[in-house]
Amino acid sequence: MRTTVSDEKDYRGKIHKLSRDIMTGWMSQLKAATTNPVPSAYLMISGNCVEIMRCFDILPVFPEINALQLAIRKNSLPYIIKSEEIGYASDNCAYVKADIGFTMCGGVGENGTIPKPSMIVCNFVGCNVYIKWFEHCSQMLNVPMVMLDIPFLREEAPTKEDVAYVICQLKELITKCEELTGKKFDIDKLREILKYSVRAEAGWSRAKELCKNHPAPFDAYFDSINMMGPINALRGTKEAADFFDATIKEYENMIADGMGVLDEERFRVVFEGPPPYPYYRNFRNLFEAWGAVAVQSTYSTVGGTWEFGFRHDPDNPLESIAEQMIVHNLCNRSMIERYKQIKTYVDDWNADALVIHSIKSCRLFSAGQGDMREYFTKELGVPTLMVESDLEDPRYYAEAQMKNRIDAFFESLQYKRLRKGEQVEMGKRGAGMKGST
Amino acid sequence: MQYAAGIDVGSTQAKAVVIDSSRGIVERFLIDTGANVKRAGQRVLDELVAKAGIQRDDIKFVVGTGYGRYKIEAGDTQVTEISCHARGAHLLFPGTRTVIDMGGQDTKAIKVSSDGDVLDFCMNDKCAAGTGRFLAGAADVLGLTLDEIGEISLRGTKPIRLTSVCTVFVESDILSHLAQKKKVEDILAGVHEAIATRTIGLVRRVGLDPEMTFTGGVARNIGMIRALEAKLGQSLNISPDAHFCGALGAALFAMDHVMAECSPDATVGTEPAVWVDE
Repeated sequence: MRTTVSDEKDYRGKIHKLSRDIMTGWMSQLKAATTNPVPSAYLMISGNCVEIMRCFDILPVFPEINALQLAIRKNSLPYIIKSEEIGYASDNCAYVKADIGFTMCGGVGENGTIPKPSMIVCNFVGCNVYIKWFEHCSQMLNVPMVMLDIPFLREEAPTKEDVAYVICQLKELITKCEELTGKKFDIDKLREILKYSVRAEAGWSRAKELCKNHPAPFDAYFDSINMMGPINALRGTKEAADFFDATIKEYENMIADGMGVLDEERFRVVFEGPPPYPYYRNFRNLFEAWGAVAVQSTYSTVGGTWEFGFRHDPDNPLESIAEQMIVHNLCNRSMIERYKQIKTYVDDWNADALVIHSIKSCRLFSAGQGDMREYFTKELGVPTLMVESDLEDPRYYAEAQMKNRIDAFFESLQYKRLRKGEQVEMGKRGAGMKGST
Repeated sequence: MQYAAGIDVGSTQAKAVVIDSSRGIVERFLIDTGANVKRAGQRVLDELVAKAGIQRDDIKFVVGTGYGRYKIEAGDTQVTEISCHARGAHLLFPGTRTVIDMGGQDTKAIKVSSDGDVLDFCMNDKCAAGTGRFLAGAADVLGLTLDEIGEISLRGTKPIRLTSVCTVFVESDILSHLAQKKKVEDILAGVHEAIATRTIGLVRRVGLDPEMTFTGGVARNIGMIRALEAKLGQSLNISPDAHFCGALGAALFAMDHVMAECSPDATVGTEPAVWVDE
């Protein structure tokens, strides 16, 4: 039987279920807090300081995750349109528009699923639109906002002054948290929280490392989404640390059994850019049809680049939190550092190709991807596919055109292999085309 | 004799080509796609078989390509038109290393290996700016046919500058130039120049090459050929079968399957036999 473009496959396995369970637990806390308020704070995912919030038992809320949840459930468009009605431009960040529209429609507060935050902490300033997002939330919800000015990393390492500057701001944030909760800062409690963070970070890092295996036990782009919740939002909890212990065990067992995430791994790719959440499965199916698995992805490191060895340091809590916020997350790094990261992925994870999914409504991170494509294609000889849609706005996704580009790309990779004399029996050779038909 | 066929169902027209085992074109046929893609795919094959004077059963394998490829019931498998145009262009002009394919809603720049394989490609964005559809919009507003506008554009001496290459806005843009009493030939020269400029941007992304081939329906438009050549500063390979290049490539892929059936060791995409036109 032929599969069609819209056929969807159930990719959920044990780790997906575990992730869903602990994320549901957190989201239940959010829902409960809408009617029984507890201290809560908005945070950005990128290089966040969630451990400081935990130290004061402040419930962390991530508007990016709210937006993502709307998109993956195919509910984002009405909220995006709502924002456009009040003046947001069509090419403004769709994450922002979905969350603003959601807030305008009562999604935040007593009758919604997200609690009205006690304070708004803007911990990432690399994107000006994001700053405006939180400022608008602060204004709409009439909630105080704390702006952390994190120096953008233009070199490989920050200066001592950069780190000292952020530590100074973290101390101010701690004072705000003390005022909000009436609790005194307990550095020993923070150290204990950071120990859980370190366990989760080591687990995440190990999981990524396991994708160097052939076949890869999970898809480091599509399946990583299930690990990004625990590492970015739940970091610093025992649940997140335990989750990664279980994840490693599961994937190591798969490797021992010679199992991969796909029945047959034919192409290993690295992904750059967030996925199109409104068509998440559809997009994945287009790659799966070719036996293409992501062995690494940059998007999975927006919250932290743990696989390169950085860990929070319980002995130097604020210093290490500051360092992570400046250096060890994708979003605060320069384009050159992104190039290096991708090159390492291609080389060390033994990838056949790079796939860039460029985001229409995010000019900040999409700018330069044309040059990136050229650099990898022409200078490094890495076959690179660049496709474009959006992470949140379904209007930008054209399924037939997306499929056309992806199929053409893998056709070319397939024939390149045949030229090299790789013997593939006729039926199997056709499988890429057949499977995608 | 064993035959293989390729069917290219595009947004505007459905094309079909049948080739023999020497990889020479036996016949080609073209119809408007219309609203029923499935029927167009079947009809173009039926008409092709009749015109070629062969039996349907003589065609041992059919490859579908183009946007309607999944709707072609006669298709034994599908290959994207990107691979097909590369393959077809390589057969027509073995020295070609860059293919510019301009169709109804897509413009593609394809880098091709010495074997005819796709090395790299770039396509226009989701919108139809700078494609055949844009030319159709311009022709409509001027009350001309697509077949006429290329020739007329060559007579333009002062090409107008369009404010955008948006297919939606081209009509109002042209109307404003008409209101300013601009000559039709200058307007059309500007239209072709605008598309050429946009296309060259795509071509540069995959890389220019001394031998480039222009394929697709718009390759029949002499104004477009000249506008591209002027921008590139070199002449382009143009085949009388440029319009059928995607279908030809599909037929070549189909013949690979036929040959593989005959010889299990044959690999897809072996060097084509000598080109034989009918």
